Amino acid sequence: MRVFSLGSEKRAWDRFRANRAAVVSAWFVVLLALLTFFGPFAWPYEPNAISDLQFAAPSLSHWLGTDVHGRDMLARVLYGTRISLTVGAVGAGVSLVIGALWGAVAGYVGGRTDGIMMRIVDILYSLPSIIFVIVLITALNGLVERWQAMGLSAESAKTIQLIGLFGGLGLVSWLTMARIVRGQVLSLRNQPFVEASRALGAGHLHILRRHILPNVAGVVIVYLALTVPAVVLYESFLSYLGLGIQPPQASLGSLIAEGASQINPIRTYWWLIVFPACTLAGTLLALNFVGDGLRDALSPRSGQNKG
Amino acid sequence: MSLLEVRQLSVRFPVRRGLFGGVRAWLRAVDRVDLEIQTGETVGLVGESGCGKSTLGRAILRLIEPADGQIIWKDTDITTLSGRELRQWRRQAQIIFQDPINSLDPRQTVGDAIGEALDVHKLAPNRRERQDRIAALMESVGLDPSRASDYPHEFSGGQRQRIGIARALAVQPDLIVCDEPVSALDVSIQAQIVNLLLDLQRTRGIAYLFIAHDLALVEHISRRVLVMYLGRVVESADATELLHHPLHPYTQALISAVPVLDPDSRRKRIILGGEVPSPINPPPGCAFHPRCPWAEPKCKSIAPALREVKQGHKAACHLITADNSTPGNPTATNT
Repeated sequence: MRVFSLGSEKRAWDRFRANRAAVVSAWFVVLLALLTFFGPFAWPYEPNAISDLQFAAPSLSHWLGTDVHGRDMLARVLYGTRISLTVGAVGAGVSLVIGALWGAVAGYVGGRTDGIMMRIVDILYSLPSIIFVIVLITALNGLVERWQAMGLSAESAKTIQLIGLFGGLGLVSWLTMARIVRGQVLSLRNQPFVEASRALGAGHLHILRRHILPNVAGVVIVYLALTVPAVVLYESFLSYLGLGIQPPQASLGSLIAEGASQINPIRTYWWLIVFPACTLAGTLLALNFVGDGLRDALSPRSGQNKG
Repeated sequence: MSLLEVRQLSVRFPVRRGLFGGVRAWLRAVDRVDLEIQTGETVGLVGESGCGKSTLGRAILRLIEPADGQIIWKDTDITTLSGRELRQWRRQAQIIFQDPINSLDPRQTVGDAIGEALDVHKLAPNRRERQDRIAALMESVGLDPSRASDYPHEFSGGQRQRIGIARALAVQPDLIVCDEPVSALDVSIQAQIVNLLLDLQRTRGIAYLFIAHDLALVEHISRRVLVMYLGRVVESADATELLHHPLHPYTQALISAVPVLDPDSRRKRIILGGEVPSPINPPPGCAFHPRCPWAEPKCKSIAPALREVKQGHKAACHLITADNSTPGNPTATNT
């Protein structure tokens, strides 16, 4: 297997740009991110501002309608998307740090250390991760409630819960990252250029920094791009169950849950569920397309046939 | 005083690890090898793939840990070095590799690859000095210094091999282990690289341990040659002596396999049957006996020791008679 080079990075970039679905998706994600962060400045409604106008259908003044408390849905969807994207990015970041370090150490040290570390990964793999997160967050919520009774402010309680959510999601999604990084490091470690570096008298840190990490970076980026949508989906799932983001905060998952709770035989407020659901589906689709595009562009194998 | 003296060096690899890390068998990659290299000379090391010659080269540089034996470098035993001392010592002996593609980091510019040694040992006080040193090294191996910021894939195989040589030269070593440095190159390029190595030896007094399976090439550049079979040295002699008067049946077979560009040549070819036996479970007695055309009963039970047959010519074979003739080379006495 050949590792790609910086010169082929330009080729990789060209390949990515030739992939129309990936480019369109990348623009979509970028625009969506910009919109969720800067949109609230241009939109007159606050996501948590209650008004008397309940269940208003989409109109010129409320483009996506209002919900049960008369809150503007566009403001809430933007806010929810921002939370979801942040959770996705931070969760993927946590999985990157844990997974890359774990995998790099296992692959580089090798031998028995590698065996023990990877068996731990195997064991964690066999646990149902979503249940693990649910248990973790439920336990944390219980703790936070007790601390609140002891005088913890509601503000810091929310922060702790949010950190718990980030950490919990990262904790269950680092396993594949660790395996991928470990495999890469294992093959790189035996490359002659690493041996040459050792022969020159370089220490382990030098070799890791100068040779191993730059060569693993491409694969890690690809997998990171595919982890973000997975974490977003996890978070939405948890929020839908009521375990993730706590009201009045909102994420796409909790918005969908609120919308679903308003479905009744007499009247369906379709805008409460369609808009957040479409945003979630579109975001996930776009993120996955970007990840696939990056993989096709950066994957070591695809670099070979173009020599 | 020799530059390098290797005494009874052995390298073993664990194989067939059990479920709980228990080692059930050992592969003897290098088995009690003696070797001596003088300053500025070239010693050739030949043998089939998997005979342990590359492992020996790496063990000498402590890139692979030897299981047993001593490596005496200018009076100090480097098998006892560790940590900082070892990394400092590494400046004195370098390696160049067979594969010019994987021996260079694809994400490192050529200048950085050559300059890596300068960074590791802090040999260049500032950026300017570093650049000058890299440019000088590139020139000394026949590369254009203006290409220092290019990446390895932008160079040809021969040029990449030159980069590898420049990287090894950066620390001004006394010994370079050349692990089949030309066998992956075109024949026309091979000569250029070999000549470059010879030039560098002449101007800098570097000693080479030249690992190859091309006997003709090894004879051309080496003063002495060692032949390895299944992790052991079976014959060692001066290059011309070895090529013209091989004593060990294995060496004779290797030499008879060298192609000759003469259709009228009536050389008797010795064609070895069978495969190289597994080094995990080597045959008893002489390891070569299953393939030896002249094996006798005692070859199957008693391992022959490497003994000095005549001045500077050692061989490990029971069949060498008192008058230095062997079944495969009955005229050996006429030297």
